[in-house]
Amino acid sequence: MNNALLEIKNLKTSFRIRDDYYAAVDDVSLTVNKNEVLAIVGESGSGKSALAFSVMGLHNRAKIEGNIYFKDHDLANLPANKLNKLRGDDMAMIFQDPLTALNPLMTIEEQIAETLLLHHKNLSKKKRREKVIDLLNQVGIPRPEHTCDQFPHELSGGMRQRVIIAIAIANDPELLIADEPTTALDVTIQAQILDLINDLKENMNAGIVLITHDLGVVAEMADRVAVMYAGQIVEIADVHTLFANPRHPYTRSLLHSIPNIDGGNDKLHVIQGIVPPLHKLPREGCRFAARIPWIDTSAHETNPELHEIKPGHFVRCTCHNQFYFPDEKKKEEQADGIS
Amino acid sequence: MGFLEVNDLKVHFPIRGGILNRKIGAIRAVDGVSFSIEEGKTYGLVGESGSGKTTTGRAIIGLNHITSGQVMFEGKDLTSKKSKTQHVRKDIQMIFQDPYSSLNAKKRVLDIVAEPLRNYEKLTKIEEKLRVQELLEQVGLNPESILKYPHEFSGGQRQRIGIARAIALKPKLIIADEPVSALDVSVQAQVLNFMQEIQKELNLTYLFISHDLGIVKHMCDDIGIMYKGRYVEEGTKQDIFNNPQHIYTKRLVAAIPDIDPQNRQKQKHLRDEVQMEYQQYYNDYFDNEGLAYRLRNISDSHLVALPEKG
Repeated sequence: MNNALLEIKNLKTSFRIRDDYYAAVDDVSLTVNKNEVLAIVGESGSGKSALAFSVMGLHNRAKIEGNIYFKDHDLANLPANKLNKLRGDDMAMIFQDPLTALNPLMTIEEQIAETLLLHHKNLSKKKRREKVIDLLNQVGIPRPEHTCDQFPHELSGGMRQRVIIAIAIANDPELLIADEPTTALDVTIQAQILDLINDLKENMNAGIVLITHDLGVVAEMADRVAVMYAGQIVEIADVHTLFANPRHPYTRSLLHSIPNIDGGNDKLHVIQGIVPPLHKLPREGCRFAARIPWIDTSAHETNPELHEIKPGHFVRCTCHNQFYFPDEKKKEEQADGIS
Repeated sequence: MGFLEVNDLKVHFPIRGGILNRKIGAIRAVDGVSFSIEEGKTYGLVGESGSGKTTTGRAIIGLNHITSGQVMFEGKDLTSKKSKTQHVRKDIQMIFQDPYSSLNAKKRVLDIVAEPLRNYEKLTKIEEKLRVQELLEQVGLNPESILKYPHEFSGGQRQRIGIARAIALKPKLIIADEPVSALDVSVQAQVLNFMQEIQKELNLTYLFISHDLGIVKHMCDDIGIMYKGRYVEEGTKQDIFNNPQHIYTKRLVAAIPDIDPQNRQKQKHLRDEVQMEYQQYYNDYFDNEGLAYRLRNISDSHLVALPEKG
């Protein structure tokens, strides 16, 4: 497909714990198309941020295997100087915490101008300031001329996040990776930032990778969704399919465990057990099996693979065919008893 | 007489400056807040960061100095000097937001959970150990783990240690300050379920402070919405979610992401509409300083901060 902007093939990112390497991202293959929002969802420890950092080349001491194709380059095997030409220019990242991502000693103008300067050396100082003000306008900062000369501590959380976004879009990137862009923000600000990212997508024609654990954000933003668990993708589908017809037990459990905004005081579903720490991940068989112990072990594959059950809808392992929630079974039995 | 009654609570933080470091102004973090909670109910206090919701909670339990106003707990005035005896304080406990920083990393679980017991009850070492084990069992942790350190537990488990500490003295009121904000969705469900269970078991009353309206709707009976240190609206769960009256509440409710992608356009449309309304009518809902007006009843349970007409 020619529409692909980023193609990740069999990516494996491993970290060293004591003397061994453990894969936090384990054999992940993904495509991000132009003008599309791909959401990557998972709990902490699922490897979603490790995946994003691998694409941006931000891991210092990790072992990265596999290929990441972006604009005729293989990012996984690119020397740092070439990577630096792409980062901040053709691809950019929006970070989670707007307070720590900004330099407290630089004015807003300097921080944004830095990105411009690195990739467009011949821009005059006056032109740069114009561009900075233009960018701040684009991200909806009310008085850009004034904000330019302010320091990060003078801005609110939402305003800081807008500055981060302004830095990210400074050079019109083709690929934008947003790592939990609204987690640190209030709901009303979150809604504004999400609308902003949506508008930018339409104007810039960029591909966006949205990393989040908030399924509400996914439902509002994404075109396609990849669900990650324990370093692997367990389900990929377009957003409507994923919410209307989730298949993998993990996806279903996640959707089941959020408080329903229309619902009453029913008990929430709890996923048994915890996400195992990196060095204790099961490397064989279905990684989610331990958390759904009521499902018969024969339901799982020995080497779970992604199966395409409908065009564009992939599910890992065969256990989804036999999966049910314990309380559903009870209800069914009761219904059977009555009839 | 209510179980907990807060009357015109004010918490002001002084701004100091000048050569003598005198008070030159004040930040009015909580500026005239009144509400009451019935026993056994869960009361949700909602607002954005900086709205004063946490300060209100901390003032009730005595972690922030109260500038003026009254906090009546079971008929006793917590703000009067006389009743600053610790026996009342024992009935009010707090669950903190961040289970990673609210547990002392250098203490064992036994010492963490036993701390309130050591303050109020004279137990022998053996009695204390048994009580802590009992508490751990109650919150669903292995009683064997009393000698472990906090870092050996997951986020959800840590929050349960925090809860075990909070219920150690059999309190009547628990102030839960964003108890699940730092947790993953699945763990969040675990802690919320558990909080509801022990509420029934121990007949607890919760003051539930949160910015997440989805969770507040799930947990709370009555809800108060704060903005810049004042109430803008108060009512039952139905009042707030089905019939929000104040422009700020409308905006909050519209900002909740909808879990169904089918409604995406509708939701965006609604948000834009409310945003327009918000900008257009902002001055009608707030006074010259941008603060909310006094609350007025629009039904028995529903109060809204609307300006005086005429």
